[in-house]
Amino acid sequence: MKKVFMMENLDCANCAAKMQDAISKIEGVSYASVSFISQRLTLEYDEAREAKIFKEAAKACKKIEPDCRIIFK
Amino acid sequence: MRRKDKRALILIIISIVLFIAAAASRPYAVRLLGGALPPVFIEIALFLVPYLCVGFPVLRRALLGIIHGQIFDENFLMTIATIGAFATGEYPEAVFVMLFYSVGELFQSIAVGKSRRSIKALTSIREDVANLKVGDDVTTVGCEVVKAGQTIIVRTGERVPLDGVLLSAGATLNTAALTGESLPRECVTGDEIPSGCINEGGLIELEVKSEYNETTVARILKMVEDSAERKSKSEEFITKFAKYYTPSVVIFALLLAILPPMITGISDSGVWREWVYRALTFLVISCPCALVISVPLAYFGGIGGASRCGVLVKGASFLDELAKCDTVVFDKTGTLTKGNFSVREVIPHNCDEHTLIKLACAAEQFSTHPIAKSLVLYANGIGADYKSIEIISTEDIAGHGVVADTSRGRITVGNERLMDKFSIEYTAAELHGSVIFVALDGNFIGQISISDTLKDGTADTLLSLKRLGIGKTVMLTGDNKAEAEYISDGLAIDEIHANLMPWDKVEIVESIKKKGLGNVAFVGDGINDAPVLMAADIGISMGGIGSDAAIEASDVVLMYDKLSSLCDAVRLSKKTRRIVIQNIIFALGVKAIVLLLGALGILGLNAAVFADVGVAVIAILNSMRCLGSRHS
Repeated sequence: MKKVFMMENLDCANCAAKMQDAISKIEGVSYASVSFISQRLTLEYDEAREAKIFKEAAKACKKIEPDCRIIFK
Repeated sequence: MRRKDKRALILIIISIVLFIAAAASRPYAVRLLGGALPPVFIEIALFLVPYLCVGFPVLRRALLGIIHGQIFDENFLMTIATIGAFATGEYPEAVFVMLFYSVGELFQSIAVGKSRRSIKALTSIREDVANLKVGDDVTTVGCEVVKAGQTIIVRTGERVPLDGVLLSAGATLNTAALTGESLPRECVTGDEIPSGCINEGGLIELEVKSEYNETTVARILKMVEDSAERKSKSEEFITKFAKYYTPSVVIFALLLAILPPMITGISDSGVWREWVYRALTFLVISCPCALVISVPLAYFGGIGGASRCGVLVKGASFLDELAKCDTVVFDKTGTLTKGNFSVREVIPHNCDEHTLIKLACAAEQFSTHPIAKSLVLYANGIGADYKSIEIISTEDIAGHGVVADTSRGRITVGNERLMDKFSIEYTAAELHGSVIFVALDGNFIGQISISDTLKDGTADTLLSLKRLGIGKTVMLTGDNKAEAEYISDGLAIDEIHANLMPWDKVEIVESIKKKGLGNVAFVGDGINDAPVLMAADIGISMGGIGSDAAIEASDVVLMYDKLSSLCDAVRLSKKTRRIVIQNIIFALGVKAIVLLLGALGILGLNAAVFADVGVAVIAILNSMRCLGSRHS
């Protein structure tokens, strides 16, 4: 399953790269790309584990840039 | 300016005022309170006020970073650097570093916000509502509820929200947002109108052709947005570089603070102070921000700029590949030429012209090949009733022609090779253009010549490409050599390959790739050449907006058959690459110099933070140039 999410308050380009790294490593995520300029996260993941993946992605994001938020919908 | 930026600006201004006040009142405060407190405390207290005022957000993020285990976080490093400055007695410098760092951050935030907005503006060709007409009633509805086949109206000055077919008698449309073409396009009833163009004439009515998700505009937007995902090699390099840069600089800083004093004077506090101070300059420039922001920004700007010229680039990597392109291979038909063939000469053999056309057309009528279409057009023109012939079965033989079993017998229509294949004897008269031979039940009944004309601007485009530094241009065609030479006469084409089968084209592109120094681009119209588009380093398709296969297979799409936009794309790709290289060399160079001078003790903290922020700002401004260029 491939989905695109908008991100809020992504202010640091280096953090975007770090987030991409961290989110890629989450179990069940086969592909992740964070674009700093368009403030988007593109995620390819295992649908069965959606809830857990979203939670971990949000956590990873918060850890790297405290004010940044992924808008899951 | 966003609210967050405004808040930061206010904090910076207050902090500057407090900083000046602290510096000015320093001697008096020390004299006045000197008796009660040690002077050091008074000075620290004075400078701590502006420091905390401007540095609070940085300190907060640094603290959160430590909690989350992010030790190489820029906020954390800036905090260490400034606390270190306080510790070594450089109070004003500590404030100055924090102040200037915040100014730099603010500037970056504004610049990035501005580019984000201008990129959005480039692609703001979407209209969210449509005026739906049911009977005589017109209602404004969301685009996504309009179904194909319904009628919408577009008033003067409005953007066409959905792809449609013109019902009104005529329309004047501005397609600049889609194609970069500044001349308005004149349309008549029955013409297809792409969404995204602006109605410059009076009120028009359209019959909606496709639903919202499939419209031209929705597709363009999706492609441009997705393009950010395909990162170029330079971007990946920068990301990798950033990963190692910060930790290495921090480790060097640590070594710089510890090793030299251990050797030169382990018990001398002056020596320690000096080396710790030098190490702090390292921390100040440990953030790779300038590179990490400016490089993707340049590519995104380049892609945005290209889309404004009517060129869709599917990713930053392709922009890079295009810049390194040395050979451009063109498919002849539909790319260099208009692709709308017309019948030029008909030479019947033991039969009359009318019958020859009728039989040939009957066999070819279901083919989508441009030659077949021109034949049908011609047959309709002379009133040849080809539909009266009943078709039992037809077979397309790629690169040869068509064999059809009909109520009149077996009709074979195609080139010499087809005739040879079925051992049909024929006489070939000297004709220009593509010649097709027709046989009925194995007997040759005549030949028809069909020719094509160059597109407007083909000659100029080829010349411009040469001027832009493309080393070699090649033309491929399935037609015979005489026709290929006839068409390419006077064009800036270095090499012609004629008489090709579709699979030969792949082979030729592969062999050019092996020989060539740079990348090989292939430009085709997207019909039948998907394998070649894939084989080339960069597949460029023409006017492919309508064709899914072309969009899938190609890396770059020239909208609406405009060959000249290829030059814009090449020019922009080269410009983007130049800017990216400039930024990388400039930023790395300045950082290296500052690191060196800092280690030698020539540059202080003030100069280091000034250099670091300055580089970031200049690199971002440089990247933003990618956006602006429309024509050179």
